[in-house]
Order: sequence, then C-alpha cells, then structure tokens
Amino acid sequence: MAARHQRPSAASKSSAEAKRTDLKNNEKKCSWASYMTNSPLLIVMIGLPARGKTYMSKKLTRYLNWIGVPTKVFNLGEYRREAVQSYKSYDFFRHDNEEAMEIRKQCALVALQDVKTYLNTEGGQIAVFDATNTTRERRTLILNFAQENTYKVFFVESICDDPDVIAENIMEVKVSSPDYPERDRESVMDDFLKRIECYKVTYQPLDPDQHDKNLSFIQVINVGRRFLVNRVQDYIQSKIVYYLMNIHVHCHSIYLCRHGESQHNLERRIGGDSGLSERGKKFAVELKGFVKEHNLSDLKVWTSQLRCTIQTAEELGVPYEQWKILNEIDAGVCEEMTYKTIEEKYPEEFALRDQDKYHYRYPGGESYQDLVQRLEPVIMELERQGNVLVVCHQAVMRCLLAYFLDKGADDLPYMKCPLHTVLKLTPVAYGCKVEMFDLKVEAVNTHRDRPLNKVTSNSMLPPLIRRNSFDPLSSQDQIKRPRLYSMGSMHSHSHVFPPPAFSGTRFSRVSEGAELQQREDSLNGFSTPDTEEGST
Amino acid sequence: CMTNCPTLIVTVGLPARGKTYISKKLTRYLNWIGVPTKEFNVGDYRRECLKIYKSFEFFRPDNEEGVKIRRQCAMSALNDVRQYLSVEGGQVAVFDATNTTRDRRGTIMKFAEQNGFKVFFVESVCEDPEVIAQNIVQVKLENPDYMNCSSEEAIEDFMERIKCYETSYQPLDEDLDSDVSYIKIMDVGRRYLVNRVVDHIQSRIVYYLMNIHITPRSIYLCRHGESDLNIKGRIGGDSGLSGRGKEFAKRLRNFLEEQNIKDLKIWTSQMKRTIQTAECLGVPYEQWKSLNEIDAGVCEEMMYEEIQEHFPLEFALRDQDKYRYRYPKGESYEDLVQRLEPVIMELERQENVLVICHQAIMRCLLAYFLDKTSHELPYLKCPLHTVLKLTPVAYGCKVESVYLGVESVNTHRDRPENVNVQRSTEDALQTVPAHL
Repeated sequence: MAARHQRPSAASKSSAEAKRTDLKNNEKKCSWASYMTNSPLLIVMIGLPARGKTYMSKKLTRYLNWIGVPTKVFNLGEYRREAVQSYKSYDFFRHDNEEAMEIRKQCALVALQDVKTYLNTEGGQIAVFDATNTTRERRTLILNFAQENTYKVFFVESICDDPDVIAENIMEVKVSSPDYPERDRESVMDDFLKRIECYKVTYQPLDPDQHDKNLSFIQVINVGRRFLVNRVQDYIQSKIVYYLMNIHVHCHSIYLCRHGESQHNLERRIGGDSGLSERGKKFAVELKGFVKEHNLSDLKVWTSQLRCTIQTAEELGVPYEQWKILNEIDAGVCEEMTYKTIEEKYPEEFALRDQDKYHYRYPGGESYQDLVQRLEPVIMELERQGNVLVVCHQAVMRCLLAYFLDKGADDLPYMKCPLHTVLKLTPVAYGCKVEMFDLKVEAVNTHRDRPLNKVTSNSMLPPLIRRNSFDPLSSQDQIKRPRLYSMGSMHSHSHVFPPPAFSGTRFSRVSEGAELQQREDSLNGFSTPDTEEGST
Repeated sequence: CMTNCPTLIVTVGLPARGKTYISKKLTRYLNWIGVPTKEFNVGDYRRECLKIYKSFEFFRPDNEEGVKIRRQCAMSALNDVRQYLSVEGGQVAVFDATNTTRDRRGTIMKFAEQNGFKVFFVESVCEDPEVIAQNIVQVKLENPDYMNCSSEEAIEDFMERIKCYETSYQPLDEDLDSDVSYIKIMDVGRRYLVNRVVDHIQSRIVYYLMNIHITPRSIYLCRHGESDLNIKGRIGGDSGLSGRGKEFAKRLRNFLEEQNIKDLKIWTSQMKRTIQTAECLGVPYEQWKSLNEIDAGVCEEMMYEEIQEHFPLEFALRDQDKYRYRYPKGESYEDLVQRLEPVIMELERQENVLVICHQAIMRCLLAYFLDKTSHELPYLKCPLHTVLKLTPVAYGCKVESVYLGVESVNTHRDRPENVNVQRSTEDALQTVPAHL
C-alpha cells in the first residue's frame, strides 16, 4: 500500500530486518499524550523566590509522567548548590555581585546543556527549567537556546504579592532547604526575604501586551485566583494549562481504601460484581466510625458502580457519588476466575501477565495502562476537590496511589493495597505524606507479589501490548532511553495484515516524518502480537 | 452555595464579538454532556417587543425610549432565566447580551444573588477589523433586523450600532472586578484572562472555551465498511470487513482523494472493522479506544431475535429508554457520551478530521454537532457506506451526506410501537432490519 515515508529510505533490507527484530525486543510504549507532543517542550518557570515555582514544577512533572509523557525537572538552585558548596548569605544574590552573577550564569548554561541531553538523547519529551528567570535577558538566552534546538517553549509565571502566602512558603520549604542547615527560623526568614529583594530590583514580569505578546505562557496570579493564558500552541500545552488551573494549595486530605471484603474475595475470584461478605460489612461499619472520628469537614465520598463499593459507602450514611470509571480493572475472559483456574485454562496468558503486569491486557479486558487512561479525570477532579474518600478496588487504588506517590509503571502493579486499610494522603511541602490506618477487621490477602523468576519462554512471545495508552513513569524513572516515538501503523501492518484482534497500533506518523530523518539512531519500536494470540 | 447551585453565565462584549456564537456552542456542549442548559438572547426579546427594526438609532445611548425598552427586555429575559433555573430544573442559563456597562452587570449579579445562582462572565474582546467584518457578513446579514436591506446598508448600519455601545463600554477590569468570576477571551482565543473559577462546572466551561476555534474546517464522520457480523444481523463483536465492506473502503479512498482535504487526520477505533477500513486508505491514522462501539455486555454478538428470545425483559426496557438503558455487563448511550467527551474536545482543537467509527458512536458524535436531544440521539440514522461531512457555519453545522454507492445491510432499528414488557415477540421484532 502506498505510504508516506516513515522510515529513512536509505535503510537497506538487512538493516531493516535488524531494526525490526530490535524493535520487537524493545517495545516502547508511547502514550497518546506523548504522541500529541511532536517537538520537545521546554517549560520555563518565572517568578521571584517563594512563589511556588518548584512546587508547580514538581507537581506538573509528576502528572505528566503519570499520563505517560517523559518529563524531568531541572532546578537551577541545585546546580548552584553544586557549584558553590556552602551558602553564606543573601549577598550572593545581589545583582551587583559580579562574581556571583557569573557563577549563576554558568550554572544556567550547564543546566541547559543537561536539558539538551535529556531531550535529545535520553528520550525526554518535556523539560521543566525551574529557576527565577526574572530578567528578559535570561529569558532571551533560553529562547535562543530553544530555537537552536527546535524546542517549543512554554512559560509559567507565578506572581504573588500576598505576604502571608510568601511567609508560609518560606516556612514550609525554605527553612529546611540545604542552604540553611543550622539557622533558626527567624534568621532564615530574614535572609530569605532579603534574597527576594535582590531579585525584585531586576524583575521584569512577562508583558502580554507588548514585549512578550508572541510568547506562549500562563501567568498564575495569587496562587490561582487569576490566570492569564497566551497563545497556547498545542494539545499538551492545553493540558498543562488545564492542570495548572485545577490544582490548589489548600489543606486537604485524600483517603483511599478498597471496598469491604467481598464474596468473590473469599472465594479467591477476581473481578465480578459480588456483594460484601460478613467481614466486609463489619469493615463498612468500622469505616463509618473512622470517618466520624476524623471529623472531616465537607468530606466527599466517591465509589465505583460495582456493588461492593456501593454497599461499603451505604453504611457510612452520607451522600456519595458513583463513578463508573472507578470500576475495577476488567479481566475480560478471566472475569470471576480464580488465579488457579486462570493458570490452568490460560497458562500462556498467565505467564505473559507476570512478564509485564503493567502493559498486559486481559483478552477482552483491560490493562493497568488502560486503567491509568480512564482514571485521569478522577485525578483531575481529586486535584480540584477538598477532602475526599475514594472507596475503590485493588488495581484502581494502585493507579491512584502511583500518581500521588510518584511510582512508575514497574512498581505500580505491585503496590500493596490490602483490604480493610485506609490510606490517608496529605500534600506536604513538595510531596505527599502517607498514613496507613488498619481498621482491624480480618480479611483475605489478595496481593500477588512480583514473581521471582520472570518467565522468559523460548518462543519470546512479546507481552500483549497496546501501544499508545498511558504509561506512567515516575519522576525518578529517568533511565536512558531513545527518543520515544512510534513507528506508526504502517509498520505494524506490513507484517500482520489482516490485523489480529489485538493489534493496537495507534500512531499516525506523517507529521513526525521529518523528525524521523533527523533521529535515525533513536528508532523506537513496539511489537505486535502473533496472530495465534488473538483469541477472545 | 454548593455544587448544585444553578449557574448563570453572562456574556459581555460589543456587538459582533462572537457572544452568540459562544453562547450557542457552549449551550450545545453542556447539554450534550448532560447539564441542562438554555440560552436567553436579549436581542430575540427585543425583536419580539419591537416588531420592526428601523435603524441603529434605536441603540443610541440618548434614545430614552430605546433605553427603556431594552432594559425591559433584559428584565423579561432574566425572569425567564429565573423560571428556567428555579422552577424548570435547568442547571445553567446563558444570558446572551452585550452587558457592556458595570451598572448592567451589577443588576444581574444582584438578581443572581437574590435567587441563589452563581454567576460566571464570559467576555469577548476583539479589535481585529477583519474578524468583525466576517462576523457581520456571516450572521448579521441573515438576521431578521436586516431582512429588507441590501448588504452594504446592513453593514453600514451595523457599524454605527457598534459605535453606540463603544462610548459606554466598561470591560471587565482586573482590579475593579477582581472578586468576580470570569473569563476574558481576547482576539478569538489568542489570549485568555481567567479570574476566580470557583467550581467544577466553571472549570469545565473554561477548558472548553479555551479549546474551541473558528478556523474553517470540516469533520467527516462515517462507519466502518460492512462487517461479517453486520450481514448476519448480529450486534457488537469484533469481526472483519465483508466483501462489500472492503469495496466501501476503496471508494472511501477515492472520495478522500477527490475532496483533496488539507492535512486530514484520520481516527479509528481499536476494532478490526474500522482499522481494516482505514488501512485501505493508505495514509497514517490513529486508533482511539474510546471510539470502540458500545459494549452490549451479555448481548454481544447476538441477533435481535436472540435477544428477544433470551432477554425479552431487557429488550423491552431498552426500547422504553434507549438512551439510558445499560446492557447487563455493558454500556448505555449515556456511558458512551461520557467516554466520548475527550474525543469531542480533541475534535474541537483539531481542524480537518475523518472519524471512522461505529453506529452508536457516530450517533453520539452527530448529536453533539447537530444539537440533538437524548431522545433523538439513539435513533439518528447513520447508515453504512455513507459519509457525513460537517462544516461549521454561522451558529450551526452544515451537513452533507455522501453515499458511496456500495450496497450494504441496513442496521437501523426504529423504536417499535409496543414497548411494553408484556409485548409479543412479533411486536418486539417489528422493526428489526433484514439480514441473513
């Protein structure tokens, strides 16, 4: 079939063969969100110190990684701390301190080099440059750098003149900063405020009307009271804007728990839609006590549309909302079977799942990868809300937890979420505090650990992988990998037409054709399942 | 005032700034996602009141009579808003008028407070003369106000009309209006100022408004080619194309080539039959899981006759409320709309797109574009081998239907007369289309 060129035409047959085998072995999963970002994106933070830049950088990065867009933060303060081993005082930041200015500029250049390495050769898609970037001069330097490397640039400026907010920021995150190891709070506050004054002298905020009217940016004013959004260029910037507009810094806690033990749990069956067991009902009662005890104001309660969560919530005696997307992972043909039965009936499937539990999709059902995609609106809504109790299921809870605790695809499917236990998540500083409450009602253990010997069968059957679903990476999950992009449906179908039941190729490659020429070395691949596996 | 407070959206802006366009589009979107919404256009009230429009003089700020009538019309509209939100169960009302003075906006906010409504302003600011001129040509010339004039006269009068508002225009101000919830849209979406978004629905509205555009483009909707299960009269499943289905795919390719569409994106579901259809086109395409056909749960791959035989109660219930009815272990049309919302959002962002999907899916998408109710949606006609070309025009969507000349079975099942659970098999199967 006629195809627009998606591979370098110079590839000889043998190297093409080699590439195909290579691709089969290194299946790379590129998420939908990741696909929609063709050129790498450089997000540039702007703002005086203690305006929440690092908070936003880290949170945004965690979100983007969870939805499958490889993202990394480059914090200039850390580079500076590397260069200047011990911080003495705010004098370092005076704008007339020439020596210091030089050091700071050097740090910026080094950081940008690392950004380049990350985006060009390590498979990064988005880099967040977390620094004050308060002068036009500095921003021009960054824009030029981005232009040389054909990155898109999106600025995020945080403007805040509320002294209470600023003081609180300083207390929460600066007092414990490596810059102030020994100092007491008051002198920290004092020094830091003077530091801010140093920046104020030369601060040039973005000017949407004149100087910066052609730049793409969002100005976040007074911690989200107001936003100014200019020239959003594409899908991923639109998602970033939406995310930043939905997060807040109010104190709130999110409670995650599973439904009470169900009949199916007792029978060791997965999935289905059974009701609570006796012990499960007991848990619901305990949960009610727990909620009362914790005296949560305006607590929202969410459940799935499956019986076990609904029955659990009913006991609480408060209004609750049912979300279909909180339903447990669909095990397709394996629904309501025990693991033993699955192993007997579908030994290949069973083995494949252990090989790659995150990407494996049950025939006729879902994968963890699919779950993450369908849970994204829940995450967005959790960000918007205050106190919420989510009564859900094992796989769903793992996905949500991975978002809050920044866990990657490798860890996610093995996170421990036992029955009859409530996890309380409270945002604190740059992360999330977790408290575990065992409500002391006995239940079966439904957790299956990571198998010790990963089965590698001789036939090297690749796991059933759907490309282009979400693939959460954690912010720490920055292993070297080639530039992530797909091979496009043309490639897959050249050897599997007619397509088997599970060919999940999703990319259209035309718009990335040009990039393909440039990045020959980072051909990415995926593997298509053999047709024999296409049993429903 | 918690989540169930009705919301009053108030447009702000000079004439020909797209307020009515935004009002209608937003209303259509909110209704589609299940939020009962209605728009109230003060201009319509004015036309009711003042049967004949003479000239822009009516809008002169020193025309006392005119000012009085306009205020009365606004009040009348607000009363209807109150009726809709407080009595008729509406959730969102869109008050579409210029609302260019702080005084008028103050009146509206007071009204909202008295009635327990939240207020969200949507201001459209635009100084690009080309955009304004285009607006006037596209929607004002057809307006009843200008039925009896030539185009030049109409344009001239309208420009004078705009001037009448300009002197007293007080745009939403960062400082003076810092406590008000609003979005200010500048230059048709180049820039947005968003202030004090207070709840979920406002956040969704903002996200929607930030994703729509007015660049001319067309959306093509069609189903996969006829499938093997189609021929057997079976629903759902994941079968491949029949011979005629493959023929359709070829014809589709020719059709696209003829149409010569700029930068066309092609989307399919993750089911064999749409993928096979797209494969024949010879160009790259993207697969969306959310475009998969409605899941018929326990009825998957059954013929309607079999459903009637095994699940007569379910079959009747479905006929009673086809939009809300959910197949056991499957989905409802209502569920579909929820999973298609990101697709709609992305379609809004995109330009030329061809979506190759399935019957129920296509009905949902079509209902969004053509503003069909939940009663009409499950019975929209989406025959096989027919491409619908949707082109946004003025306040709506132009639809062109192109049948590609390849025969196929008919899969459309109308609502039978008898939807009673006690009905006979014959009554139940009255409207089942023919198949093998």
